[in-house]
Amino acid sequence: MNDLSLAHDRGLPEIAFTVNQHRVVVRAHSMDRLLDVLRQRLGLTGTKEGCGEGECGSCSILLDGVLVNSCLIPVGQVRGSNILTIEGLAADGRLHALQQAFLHCGGAQCGICTPGMILAAVHLLSKKPRPTMEDIRDGLSGNLCRCTGYMQIFDAIAAYAGRADQ
Amino acid sequence: MSDEHIVGKSVPRLEGRDKVTGASRYIDDMVLTDMLHGATVRSSIARGKIKHISFGSGIDWNEFVIVSAEDIPGKNCIALIGEDQPCLAKEFINHPEEPILLLAHSDRYLLAKAVEAIHIEYDPLPAIFSIEESEALSEIVWGSDNVFKTYLIEKGDVDDALKSADYIVEGEYKTGAQEQLYIEPNGMIATFDAQHGATVWGSLQCPYYVHKALVELCGLPAERVRVVQMETGGAFGGKEEYPSMIAAHAVLLAMKSKRPVKIIYDRMEDMVATTKRHPSRTQHRTAVDKDGKILGCEIEFTIDGGAYKTLSPVVLSRGALHAAGPYYWPSIRIRAKAVATNTPPHGAFRGFGAPQSLFAMERHMDRIAQIVGISPIEIRKRNFLKPGDTTSTGQVVREDIDLSNLLDHALEISRYDAKKKIFATNNGDSSKKKGIGVATFLHGAGFTGSGERYLNSLVGVEACADGSVRVLVSSTEFGQGTKTVLCQIAAEALGARYEDVGIAQPDTSEVPNSGPTVASRTIMVVGKLVHSAALGIKHTLVSSGLLREPHSSEEFRAACREHVARHGQFRSEARYQQSDDIFWDEENYRGAAYAAFAWAAYVSEVTVDLTSYSVMVDDFVAVQEIGKVLHPVLAAGQIIGGVAQGIGFALYEKVVWEKGRMKNGQMTNYIMPTAADLPPIRVYFEEIGNIHGVYGAKGIGELPMDGPAPAIVNAIGDALKSNFDSIPLLPEDIFDTLERNAANNGAPSLVE
Repeated sequence: MNDLSLAHDRGLPEIAFTVNQHRVVVRAHSMDRLLDVLRQRLGLTGTKEGCGEGECGSCSILLDGVLVNSCLIPVGQVRGSNILTIEGLAADGRLHALQQAFLHCGGAQCGICTPGMILAAVHLLSKKPRPTMEDIRDGLSGNLCRCTGYMQIFDAIAAYAGRADQ
Repeated sequence: MSDEHIVGKSVPRLEGRDKVTGASRYIDDMVLTDMLHGATVRSSIARGKIKHISFGSGIDWNEFVIVSAEDIPGKNCIALIGEDQPCLAKEFINHPEEPILLLAHSDRYLLAKAVEAIHIEYDPLPAIFSIEESEALSEIVWGSDNVFKTYLIEKGDVDDALKSADYIVEGEYKTGAQEQLYIEPNGMIATFDAQHGATVWGSLQCPYYVHKALVELCGLPAERVRVVQMETGGAFGGKEEYPSMIAAHAVLLAMKSKRPVKIIYDRMEDMVATTKRHPSRTQHRTAVDKDGKILGCEIEFTIDGGAYKTLSPVVLSRGALHAAGPYYWPSIRIRAKAVATNTPPHGAFRGFGAPQSLFAMERHMDRIAQIVGISPIEIRKRNFLKPGDTTSTGQVVREDIDLSNLLDHALEISRYDAKKKIFATNNGDSSKKKGIGVATFLHGAGFTGSGERYLNSLVGVEACADGSVRVLVSSTEFGQGTKTVLCQIAAEALGARYEDVGIAQPDTSEVPNSGPTVASRTIMVVGKLVHSAALGIKHTLVSSGLLREPHSSEEFRAACREHVARHGQFRSEARYQQSDDIFWDEENYRGAAYAAFAWAAYVSEVTVDLTSYSVMVDDFVAVQEIGKVLHPVLAAGQIIGGVAQGIGFALYEKVVWEKGRMKNGQMTNYIMPTAADLPPIRVYFEEIGNIHGVYGAKGIGELPMDGPAPAIVNAIGDALKSNFDSIPLLPEDIFDTLERNAANNGAPSLVE
């Protein structure tokens, strides 16, 4: 709750939802952007803002299992919902195997699109555990990356999907 | 010695774990107590005089901190090469989006409303927006002739070559502005107090550039200005010079408000107000003999610098020095010129002038091939630079490079000959035309000529109490892997474990000035200094008797720990020394322009759909010689990412201008390649090494930006049997060119 613009929140409605398996209650305007609530109120700064208009996908999160741009979601809409942000992916300090694959294959360069990109990949893999290259391209097409040219991100997802323990 | 080699291995990216978990701290993730938000009030016209500023009703202006040019304690300029760019315009406006006033408030939404409530009246002056308008001199908008800088490079007798030639081939080529489009917008936080002076944290490439600008602006001694780089979400040159402006603004607001101030640009402000790649025009006139041997050429290379000088002279220099491509010219005359217009200043972007001049050269080679009647491959092979040849500046090629072989390798991998035959048969009446094109090119690593000597870079390596070591440089990480590779180099030199080497956060109060992170210089130049400084640590340990060669990494760590326990923390430093065999004549632009060149041959395969005129790149092969590859995964990542930006430069990324202002400053209407748009980008390295770079490495970062655009446009030309000489080449541009060609030739249109 660091941002001063959101300090005067008394009298605002309470909005309860679950983030990374923790139940949270915030007082906020219903129309406040979920992105701002996550970053400024809950300190979950792993979700990034790249464009503020739903083009770049850096603010991607999973809302009840669906990949959304949190810059376009009014917080009032997530009452009772279940949210996964990048901070919820590594369990007990152990990287998720997909994060490991991103590291190994060079899928993260400057890192700003990486949280959103990884969540887009999680979403894709939840629907298609063994995606084709077309599936991967399609599944990531809402997430822009200016550094990698995407190839090493594709490699990471293919490597993860092809693991023996999958 | 170490247990095994660390250099050459794809070790984990040093800061990678934080990046994949979202733990990395970028500027917008940082919050200080009592912090205000800052915003910039900008000009709405391209050129004129400020008449009156009024503060609208409905806003309690007493709540706002307001800064104007009057509040600047030192010089009202952003000090770089020149001092012509004001920090805040006082009287005259020279481009749209020029900063005039600054506001700060605790509520950033109210701040946005306040910016809109400020009305500025102007006396407008006529403005100019293109190279041609600038050259016409109907309006003088900079200096006495609208010219920021010119260069002349001359070798041999071009006039004689043009007289004796069998063919004279002429061509004019243009490239558009390109937005860097790093995904993290620009941002800074500043604090100021009388005791410590000014401190800024930000998204930036060059901490000491910002430092220099703030010293001039604030009139403070150097030790009372501190610049810290936060994790930076992409830069590509776009965070080389403009962060000095944003830092200056944040500091001015912090000084006046006596509170920390954060300025984060939104995407549109970032796109319309900050720098882009310089638009260019290149004219070639080439003398060729009947066998396709090039005899000489005249090249006129002109770039649009925008309203202020900023980095245009050096962008121009690099563009001019790459304009002749990787070919041997018995005679050449290159005239280069950077001109002023009333657009926001254009600036650094990966490649720095070379992608522009090399687009022209590589398109022109295909045109020469057509005129002489030989293949695009043959024209290149007959004219490639070879070891012992001299470049346009008279620099002798000392590297053992075989460009014909490099090109053959690329042709083989891409199955060029087979594809050519298949396309010739299949294109026929099909509405989908396939083509294949090549580009061969070079990129000089490090600062041009004497640049590295002037930079005089200094690095440190420090031994710590736990036996680990820490690299101290102002070189920044913004995706390329700077931290990882510099630590690899130090570990290899020391015989230490990679895990036992750390690197300091770039903070001017803590790290020496190892120069800016630009010009593909970090690994080749700074890496070599890190190597020397690391050897200094080792020498200290060996001469004190604590370490004996050969040793294990554990023995190194123990010796280091012991030395620090006995004598305290110690540091070894290394400063740049120009090699004796690098001589550069700045006056006449003669001599060794670069300590080393990277070389490349790229092949692109495309399909043009004649129902929609859209182009799909189907395959891309990138073969390059970049010296020794120190980290295969990061090196491949640099090439692939650069090629992707090059594909955008060629086919998608069009800045639409309206009276000097970018009209499409959003990601929805300025289109960069997505995961669905790119072909497989296949990367191959040939390694011949480099005597000047650490462990034989050369520069790599900018090279892949140079080749994709000409390779793709050559492929489109091959598919449609037409010449396309301007990028970005969008479907409507292809349509227009085909229509125009058909009309000019009286030939039947290719359009059905």
